[in-house]
Amino acid sequence: MDRFGRRTLLKAGLGVGVGLGLKPELALCQDNPASSRPGEGDLLVKAGDAMKNPLGPGDIREGARPILAWAMDPADGTVRSGSRLNQVLLVRLDQEELSPETRLRAVEGIVAYTAICTHTGCEVDDWLPPEQLLHCPCHGSRFDPRDSGKVVDGEAPRALPALPLKLDNGRLVVGGSFTARVGFQTA
Amino acid sequence: MSLSKAVFALLLIAGPVSAQQPQPAPAPPVPAALRNYKPVTADRLKNPEPGDWLMIRRTYNGWGYSPLDQIRSNNVNRLQPVWVLSTGQTSGHEAPPIVNNGVMFVATPGNQVIAIDARSGSVLWRYRKELPEDAVVLHRTSRGVAVYGDKVFFAAGDAILVAIDARTGKEVWTAKVEENKNGYYLTMAPLVADGKVMVGISGGELGTRGFVAAYNVDTGREVWKAFTVPAPGEPGSETWPAGGDEWKTGGAATWVTGNYDPETNLVYWGTGNGGPWMGDQRPGDNLYTASTVAIDAATGQIKGHHQYHPNDSWDWDEVSPPILVDYRRNGRMIKGLINVARNGYLWFLERSNGKINFIEGKPYVKQNVFKSLDPLTGRPDVDPNRKPGTGKLADHCPSLWGGKNWPPVAFSPETRLLYIPANENTCGTSTGREVEYMPGRSFTGATTGFYLAAGADHIGEIQAWNVDTGQRVWTHSFAKSPNWGPMLATSGGLVFSGGTNDRMFRALDASSGKVLWEFPTNSGVIGQPTSFMIDGKQYIAVQSGWGVDSRGMQARLNLISPGEYPEVPEGGAVWVFAVK
Repeated sequence: MDRFGRRTLLKAGLGVGVGLGLKPELALCQDNPASSRPGEGDLLVKAGDAMKNPLGPGDIREGARPILAWAMDPADGTVRSGSRLNQVLLVRLDQEELSPETRLRAVEGIVAYTAICTHTGCEVDDWLPPEQLLHCPCHGSRFDPRDSGKVVDGEAPRALPALPLKLDNGRLVVGGSFTARVGFQTA
Repeated sequence: MSLSKAVFALLLIAGPVSAQQPQPAPAPPVPAALRNYKPVTADRLKNPEPGDWLMIRRTYNGWGYSPLDQIRSNNVNRLQPVWVLSTGQTSGHEAPPIVNNGVMFVATPGNQVIAIDARSGSVLWRYRKELPEDAVVLHRTSRGVAVYGDKVFFAAGDAILVAIDARTGKEVWTAKVEENKNGYYLTMAPLVADGKVMVGISGGELGTRGFVAAYNVDTGREVWKAFTVPAPGEPGSETWPAGGDEWKTGGAATWVTGNYDPETNLVYWGTGNGGPWMGDQRPGDNLYTASTVAIDAATGQIKGHHQYHPNDSWDWDEVSPPILVDYRRNGRMIKGLINVARNGYLWFLERSNGKINFIEGKPYVKQNVFKSLDPLTGRPDVDPNRKPGTGKLADHCPSLWGGKNWPPVAFSPETRLLYIPANENTCGTSTGREVEYMPGRSFTGATTGFYLAAGADHIGEIQAWNVDTGQRVWTHSFAKSPNWGPMLATSGGLVFSGGTNDRMFRALDASSGKVLWEFPTNSGVIGQPTSFMIDGKQYIAVQSGWGVDSRGMQARLNLISPGEYPEVPEGGAVWVFAVK
């Protein structure tokens, strides 16, 4: 479905949602392209970059801490920062160490994962350089970005969903949807 | 003629309309157990009937003690399940079954409250509040409901206080406590005192500023809001960097319900860690982090405080409120407060109409951070080598989970013993780093590790301390499990608790600590046990449902000793036991 079609459908859904008595903020959240999950073709921009410069492989250095990024609609420059569930971590790893599955989603060793822990939804904002692991400071879950974000320690019940990447005109581009539902269990 | 009169006149002209108009669907019949629901009065909260359990710790003093005595050491081995009910939820089930005249109310994860016929275990109604998928709720649990009048008060995870009609399960009003997108969420049970309903907030890891807020029970209108981090110019603000913004994100969350002294109308509420975790990023004592504050229930004014350790850098939330108990010391009776702190010390304090005085403090688990306490104020002399900082690693015992975390203690006026669910031999490392504040995002700035002290032969404990001598009387230790079990003491000379990774719920002799009975439930028991009576028969109730931090510690232990601490089965249930 093209973007226009998707948005129209979501707007139609908004009317139905209000009619059913859904909470307006929920319905609005679905309608807002800034809150839509990253989709194929989206560019990536560093969180806090007012210039909204699309990131390229050269911006992600090996050995550095993961970069927090948002997806951006290439058509109208909408940064998808409207939902905390859209926070993306970008980290560059040694290509030789990537699992075959992870390698398919990587560009020059750069991989992307949700920043939202699958345990209780904290930001996985810590990086353990010696072990090359993503670490959630809230409850200590650790995830291996070289191997599909799988849980290597802690309470998290499942791997960190990955975001496939591809290269387009020297820029990092989202290659598809997150590999699994982003977020934690709410009900 | 007013509009309403005009309408009335038209109705008279038209005659009775009921015959022509479609009838609204009849409301489902109110179950018999709820038809004669007994309203909860201020007097009943102050002096509850022995067979009821109307507040999370049953009484305002926080004792977690039932005066019921039918279940005793000589019959507890015949304790059997009467009924069990699935909650339909995973994650940590920490709330106590509240029982008012045979009607039970249980809060569960997933923003759910269930009303149950306590006799049969039948569901009377079920209230669910949908959580937005991007809600910020870092601990998926609820620690209970409050009951007052004909309402049930529930603190929903997404920072909304809900008043529910106890008879129907329908929402009466909701009040937005704070902005969930900015990291404020709720996990504690509301407290009803002085005719108001009070809540404290979670979010100390997210750059929040703690507070306790009080609401009108009938309307949900906010009556007062007591911030636990002062704004510039307010008392205590001198303990924060002058001219800085640190106080705005200073933490001191209030995520466990306070206790209350009706005599002085003061609420004693505990406060959490500072934000971010490293104290060197917010130089000063940082009042009122890691403290107990005495809040005037009428006005919200903070009239006294005791800070357990200044400039917290260990994530030692001191959110558990002290229990109110008068104890003997040096030949005199002290109107006391006793707190079992996460920092590994047991604190004997004195309450008044405001000021909190220090009496005595001593470690109850391995603690290597405090070199000594000031004999007058209790202020610890902190070993700088045991204090982590930005770019500075330090190791310390206890670990960030503390000697005792949130699970409440119990006190029996008969044995004069205080029962502590403790974790011994835990230690940790912590290294700080700079962290940038972004609303609703993690604001800890620390990398932490966990290990067991050299030579550790166990972790979990139940400790019993005599409050009049300040001495430990007995310890029951669990060789292969941490202890995350809230305590219940009863007049039958028993204490009840779970808390271990073997799914057991157990009864111990209150005087000796001997295990007299245990039962393997569906999951690990981290719920607060309660006791109630129907038709002259005593029951024990508890939720079983492992999760949240108990799950976290188990996972860490399994990393240290692979295979020895496997996952504990999850999924919640309410259990009720009686002697058959």
